[in-house]
Amino acid sequence: MIIGLDVGGTHADVVLLGDSGLVREIKVPTDPENLFKTVLAGLETIMAGIDPHQIRRIVLSTTLTTNAIAQKKLPPVGMIVSSGPGVDPEFYRTNSHYFAVAGSIDHRGREVAPISVNEIQKVAEGFKAEGIRNVGIVGKFSVRNPQHELRIYKILKDHFERLFMGHQVSGNLNFSRRVATTYLNAAVYPIHRSFFDAVKKSLVQKGLNVPLYILKADGGTMNLEASMEFPGQTILSGPAASVMGAVGFAPIDMDAMVMDIGGTTTDMAVIRNRIPLLHPIGVRLGGFRTLIRSLETRSIGIGGDSSVKVSDGELIIGPEREGPAMAFGGSNPTPTDALFVLGEMTGGDREAALRGMTAVAQDLGLSVEDAARRVFDHACHRILSEARELIDRINNRPVYTVQDLQQGDKVNPKVFLILGGPAPYFARRIEALSGSRVRVVPRWQVANAVGAAVARTTCEVMVFADTQLGIIRAPEENYSEKVNPDFSGSDAVDQAYRLLKMKALQIGALDEDLEMEVLEDLQFNMVRGFLTTGKNLRVKVQVKPGLIRDYERWTAKFS
Amino acid sequence: MLKAKHKTGLVFFPAFDWAISPTHPEREERLLYTQDQVLEEGLFDIEGILEFKPDLATVKDIQRVHFCVPDVWRVTTESHFISAGGAKTIGIAVLDKTVDKGFALVRPPGHHAMRVVHGARGFCNINIEAVMIEYLRRAYGVDRVAIVDTDCHHGDGTQDIYWHDPDTLFISIHQDGRTLYPGSGFPNEQGGPNALGTTVNIPLPPHTSAEGILYALKNAVLPILADFKPQIIVNSAGQDNHYSDPITNMNFCAQGYAALTHLLQPDIAVLEGGYAIEGALPYVNVGIILAMAGIDYSKVREPDYDPQRIRQRPDVTRHIEAVCESVRGLWDQREIKRLQVLNEKTFDHRSRNIFYDTDMIQETQKETVRVCGDCAGALRIDSSSSRGIRILAVHVPRKACAACREMAFQWYASADRGEFDHIFLQDRIRDVYEEHK
Repeated sequence: MIIGLDVGGTHADVVLLGDSGLVREIKVPTDPENLFKTVLAGLETIMAGIDPHQIRRIVLSTTLTTNAIAQKKLPPVGMIVSSGPGVDPEFYRTNSHYFAVAGSIDHRGREVAPISVNEIQKVAEGFKAEGIRNVGIVGKFSVRNPQHELRIYKILKDHFERLFMGHQVSGNLNFSRRVATTYLNAAVYPIHRSFFDAVKKSLVQKGLNVPLYILKADGGTMNLEASMEFPGQTILSGPAASVMGAVGFAPIDMDAMVMDIGGTTTDMAVIRNRIPLLHPIGVRLGGFRTLIRSLETRSIGIGGDSSVKVSDGELIIGPEREGPAMAFGGSNPTPTDALFVLGEMTGGDREAALRGMTAVAQDLGLSVEDAARRVFDHACHRILSEARELIDRINNRPVYTVQDLQQGDKVNPKVFLILGGPAPYFARRIEALSGSRVRVVPRWQVANAVGAAVARTTCEVMVFADTQLGIIRAPEENYSEKVNPDFSGSDAVDQAYRLLKMKALQIGALDEDLEMEVLEDLQFNMVRGFLTTGKNLRVKVQVKPGLIRDYERWTAKFS
Repeated sequence: MLKAKHKTGLVFFPAFDWAISPTHPEREERLLYTQDQVLEEGLFDIEGILEFKPDLATVKDIQRVHFCVPDVWRVTTESHFISAGGAKTIGIAVLDKTVDKGFALVRPPGHHAMRVVHGARGFCNINIEAVMIEYLRRAYGVDRVAIVDTDCHHGDGTQDIYWHDPDTLFISIHQDGRTLYPGSGFPNEQGGPNALGTTVNIPLPPHTSAEGILYALKNAVLPILADFKPQIIVNSAGQDNHYSDPITNMNFCAQGYAALTHLLQPDIAVLEGGYAIEGALPYVNVGIILAMAGIDYSKVREPDYDPQRIRQRPDVTRHIEAVCESVRGLWDQREIKRLQVLNEKTFDHRSRNIFYDTDMIQETQKETVRVCGDCAGALRIDSSSSRGIRILAVHVPRKACAACREMAFQWYASADRGEFDHIFLQDRIRDVYEEHK
């Protein structure tokens, strides 16, 4: 059996999956001040009376690191940044202990200017004097040649607890994002480490010595050990959990739009042929743009509990949530209250909901029913227009070849998959307003936790080869070899797949789930003085985000 | 957080799957390292820098500018539609005020493509700036436009298209035509009788450095622009004045290009040539983008940059000063000269041989323009190519007077169909392109 746990803003959803399908589902309230307690309470409750030996693994999706970043509660980190010429590295400052040092590497990975050992040592002394324990080291073009980062690492390694190097956080180009990503990894590391060390310890004490996986923003998982290397990858896993919960119910050979309608926000994503679309670069959070792999999602501040206001005759819904719906003891009218007034929803205080909607109706000059309809339709329209924006954003993304520009097929979701608390109520109306086919994801209230439980382990590998320089490298994988002039594009793809498989297994993938694909395969003849002098190859491969092989067996039993 | 002072739009279309031929300078690899540098510097992440997907130019857009022989499809590839479309996308974004400025980093280039197109010359098939400008004139009613061509090669195609247009100021700064392709672009080339003076050529000697180019900008280009008062300034931003360019002899550098962009403040920049794909383009483009966006570019430089090595010799400096003085003199006398020509004759003729170096075609042209004080003048071009095709091209200018329009229609209607393989009419008043069959 597998446990999936997804911590949200108000609840932590926990599921237990097994041969009979969804064995158990529970919700425990989230204590934002004590996530550890929340997670443990969730695990204990779901495990009550279950033999620990039956649990094969536990997958967790938490808001721990996301919250730390969003609330700017990050411990001090030392940053050493070597940029060389270009944009002033001062613009990419992430924190106060941030030092730009000498050293420069060019776009082909050739050294332009060396680093200065003295300078690094001086900066390190300063860090030590300030009591800094974790350091990030980032060089421009270090993903083409990591030697400067490695040299700096060597100088520092005996003096600090943990060092993060830019070339290891991602194989993609983008120096400013590499700086931000390395910083975030170093900054959330101590928070992540102490939290999960404690979780692991408690589980072991309860006799639950099972593999622990953490959900990432790209909808894949990694094992606990890997998460200690790249704790930054755990941020923004929440929306990914919901999307993965819908994947199993998405149509084959068709695009689908997932909408997770929660209390405060609605998160959206697109699934093509049961594979969620990835963001081309990475997560953006709390003013940081990163290289952290992520699903392409869009969030809007509208949910069942969004506050409803009328300002100058204009209806405003969200983006704040000011407590629960009035029907559930809140003090502000919400779309959920509108549903009570319309008689769609029951099981709460309809009188309170009516009171709230009456005030809205007076300001709008409508009857209470009409006002409630207006509120609910407005929320649905906003969600739909946001969905269209997401589709436009994906379809209008620049491409760089004639072929892609001519033949790049456009995303066109024909089905909407809705989950989250008020899913069924919204589904009916969204179907009527959009004319699209709408489906409520089975077990919509805990589908996010199911998603976490059945998500497979994912990763990507980026390889580049330059036969003029006679090298093939994947610095992120600590790989570098000499190649002959006849090294070809398919050789590069083969090597990329080998590295990918190795990496995936190391971070916890099962052999049976290694569904790999090429994301990018570019080959350029390098011509100097009218003679072809070599080939420049760039290959990017990934384990596709998707579900573990067992999922179908289990989810087929969902009603 | 890095923020652009001017909201800047970029179209980046490296056409990674298109080349003139595998080892041609205009090949897949050309913008590869530029893309690496631009991505690594994180320029697309800067607040206020927006990347747009290029639209495709339409056949109509091309026919608004060119007479393609025998038709548009035969002288273009998809990549030309994207490259011109990319320029157009930027133009639209600027005119719609989605952005303050924009840069189309596209290939293939276009500034050697003339009004009549039999094939490719100087790596160019269609003039992407002209396609954009004439679209903007049609769609947004833009009238006065200045094109400042800073490619190292004389922008003879753009010059040809705007030779008779008094509303388009074409200024080209380039390496002296006696030392470089296409061999034209001397100060006495000032435009046809109806637009005398609005073509300005500033040939600079080989080994001109940033100092010399910026001198020409400050002492000739900027004062002339101030006099002309264009509604928009377009920069044909060739990058082959660079000291490391393999096919030219100039000594410009990334800092110089950024400074030029900062001084010129173009509304729209369009990439032209530039073939030092590793040592120059990555750095030059980063410099230009930062300068356009109004962001500090002082730390941008090439890995092998050595100001001593490319310092301008005193004799080169003196030569440039003299050229600029003569250009200013010609500009100041343009009105007197124009009035003089107007009174001299009713028609003006040009006979030319045009060589298409890329496609190895020889074209012979006889051009007739009606000398007119009221508009750009009716235009008639009798053009034959070494491929054995002869066409008659008749052009009614955008703001043609009644008499010129009448003249053009008469030429078109009375042309001897036995004499020409194709007879085309480009009527810019109705915005139509027709073939007489």
